[in-house]
Amino acid sequence: MKAFAKPVYLVCGDSTVFLGTGRKEFHPKKPRPGLEHYIAEAGKGAVSQAADPSVVDEGVVGNFMAARFNHQGHLGAMLALVDPSFAYKPSIRVEGACASGALAVVTAVKSVLSGQADVVLAIGVEVQNTVKAIYGADILAGAGHYAAERKNGHAFFFPAKFSDRAGEYKKRFGTEKTWAAMGRWYEQAVRNARRNPKAQEYHNTTEDLFAAHQGMPPNPRSFCEHINVLDCSKVSDGGAAVLAVSAEGLKKTGRKPSEAVELVGLGHAVADLTARPDDLTALDTTRRAVERALGMAGITVKDVGVFEVHDCFTITGILACEAAGLAGHGEGADYVLSGSTRRDGPTPMNAAGGLIGYGHPTGASGVRMAVDLLRQLTGTAGDCQATVSSGRPYGLMVSMGGDDRTVVSCVFRRAG
Amino acid sequence: MTTNLDERLSTASVIGAAGKMGSGITLLLAQEMARLSLLPENRGKTFRLNAVDLSPEGLAGLREYVHVQAQKAAEKGAVGLRALYAERQDLVENGEIIADFVHRVESVVWPSTDLAAAKGSRLVFEAIVEKIPVKVEVYKELKGICAPDAFFLTNTSSVPIGLLDGEAGLDGRILGYHFYNPPPVQKLVEIIRSPATRDDVAAAASELGKRLRKTLIPSKDVAGFIGNGHFIRDGLHGLGEAARLAKAHGWAKAVHMVNRVSQEWLLRPMGIFQLIDYVGIDVFKFIQDVMDRFLDEKLLNGTIDAMIARKVSGGQNPDGSQKPGFFGYEKGRIVSVYDLDAGVYVPIDPKGWTGEADAHLGPLPEGYRGWKALSGAPDRDAAIKAHFAALAKMDTRGAEIGRAYLRRSREIARGLVASGVAAKPEDVNGVLTSGFYHLYGPINEFCQ
Repeated sequence: MKAFAKPVYLVCGDSTVFLGTGRKEFHPKKPRPGLEHYIAEAGKGAVSQAADPSVVDEGVVGNFMAARFNHQGHLGAMLALVDPSFAYKPSIRVEGACASGALAVVTAVKSVLSGQADVVLAIGVEVQNTVKAIYGADILAGAGHYAAERKNGHAFFFPAKFSDRAGEYKKRFGTEKTWAAMGRWYEQAVRNARRNPKAQEYHNTTEDLFAAHQGMPPNPRSFCEHINVLDCSKVSDGGAAVLAVSAEGLKKTGRKPSEAVELVGLGHAVADLTARPDDLTALDTTRRAVERALGMAGITVKDVGVFEVHDCFTITGILACEAAGLAGHGEGADYVLSGSTRRDGPTPMNAAGGLIGYGHPTGASGVRMAVDLLRQLTGTAGDCQATVSSGRPYGLMVSMGGDDRTVVSCVFRRAG
Repeated sequence: MTTNLDERLSTASVIGAAGKMGSGITLLLAQEMARLSLLPENRGKTFRLNAVDLSPEGLAGLREYVHVQAQKAAEKGAVGLRALYAERQDLVENGEIIADFVHRVESVVWPSTDLAAAKGSRLVFEAIVEKIPVKVEVYKELKGICAPDAFFLTNTSSVPIGLLDGEAGLDGRILGYHFYNPPPVQKLVEIIRSPATRDDVAAAASELGKRLRKTLIPSKDVAGFIGNGHFIRDGLHGLGEAARLAKAHGWAKAVHMVNRVSQEWLLRPMGIFQLIDYVGIDVFKFIQDVMDRFLDEKLLNGTIDAMIARKVSGGQNPDGSQKPGFFGYEKGRIVSVYDLDAGVYVPIDPKGWTGEADAHLGPLPEGYRGWKALSGAPDRDAAIKAHFAALAKMDTRGAEIGRAYLRRSREIARGLVASGVAAKPEDVNGVLTSGFYHLYGPINEFCQ
């Protein structure tokens, strides 16, 4: 990735409650808010932090599968739900499986870089509780290579993909330590989420989360061979939004530089969707994207003080530690077991709960991660705030689509 | 022994298919038959399950029940279904496979109000009313309608199998196959052979049980078998306790107290009167009558008769909701108690009479965790032991009633073993834990 022609910032971020099982207000048989609600709520939440809605030049909506979950396409044209004055402004919808939200941020950034816009509203949204998980699995399987993989794939297509990864990792690096690290990741995710009133696991009251995970061995008859349901991010509805702005745009929003982050590194990589990963125990595309993002920022992972990684499954959190360069191959499990990734650890990850704790409305997650890093780096994360050391002022984000096929990695630093 | 079970299952019937037990059995069999229809070796074969019931409304309800439940089961079993459909290249998504399987299950079921629909059946399940003359009449008719080598599996929970065999002249082709309610969920099936039951019938029944993933526990052919042998006597103990307490406290308080003790102090999933309501007071009475006729023991009870006389019969509505019995219910929760003295339902009133009754019982043992909390707890067995150790030392009315209940339940269970109804203590404990969801068997060391 070439260096940016000019600085780009993110500011005015917001995310909604991520709704689904676990939230007290969630009832599968009662009516729930739809796409329109989340687009409007997230968008308003972001825009209301700016001086005036009129500063927004364009919109981008990141979404994965509304066409199937909600029978709704054409989400770009929902921008005016955020503010009536947005009617007739340019807006598009972008898609890249579970990285759709991150692609919305990337697209917004590129608009700013092109000089065509100074303030672009990036929104991520997904409403998945419209169908039961077993049918949602069909829809999400679209993030894999449908023609070649679906027929022989598992009922729970993606959980099984990552179960295979967990199985291979256990085989090569030790079953016990891997399983324990998966349990610790789950525990960490839910503990963090309990500090976040908007998180899906906010109401979780399980006393010993680690024991709960360890006491539920994988059951291949009803689910997957190497993971249990606690290893998975849940089915969620939600939205998130943030403004991507130029220096000029930042002024227009009326926010101070100290309330914004600068995007100093970006890595966006796609692998061949029709090919299988070379090594199930490594996230190669993630590693490349992270290397690019760090390279562009001119830093190493040692300079990063806070992380948002794509823990769609606990094993992915472990593998992300390795792909980010924090742990060697096969040592990600040890890294998690050491407590390093906890909110009070040296490299806090997913301090607001991440995909497992906060929830994973697929198209919203990438934007939500950027928003959470914005909060962490500007010291506005409230109860979820981790200590970001002044010697390591960077935040690193990894958003992944499919089985490590589309990856967006961003490096942020507080702007002022 | 080759059982030719698949062949028998290609033409089967359920008699009394619209009832609570019959509909569950119909669903289970239809699912198994739909599965068989997908196996390569059965291509081109047809599978037909005649669902016979006197009630057209009931059969309409059965269709709806099979549709909804088959759908739920297919969704839950999607992992296995995909393997079953591996060869079907045209069906790719879970949604497509589930829809096809549900359609197959529904297609297998042929509802009819005419017993003649069972024509040619080689495997017949009977789940009609627990009245001996009615059962005998139906079997006599079926003998002429079904295939000459048909096997009959009766879901009776109390009637001696040998009696049905003798009266209807079935030549040992009948076996007791007692599912627990609801059959698709409950793991237990009590297997009752009469001395005349043929080995091939028993072998087919046993293979079927394995396929349906049931826990099979044998019982001697004595009215009530193991399950009701315990349940009816256990219920009579509760009724006796309530009648005794009613003298000082009135009927509503007495029922409330005994129900609470038998649930909470005994760590059971339901209190005894709620359980009788769930089973149906009328069904309880049918079973009592049968057992009373065949056993040398007084098994009738004035309270049950009085409730029946007032047409208070419990059981479930077609939509599965609980009908009023000893208690009134709203959304499955107890909201009132039937006062036998006054003939009306008295609302639960924690600040009034209910609270007084609770105060009379006294507190639960310290650190009490209920059935639900304990069911999945890793320290379950230790916690149960600690609960009863504490109960043994408590000097409260609740503890006293609880201990007496526990002792009586143990005495009943031991009696079942001593009389040979159960071959061994583990069988009684197995029936109570797998059929009644008790957390521990009645033959135990607690509160000795």
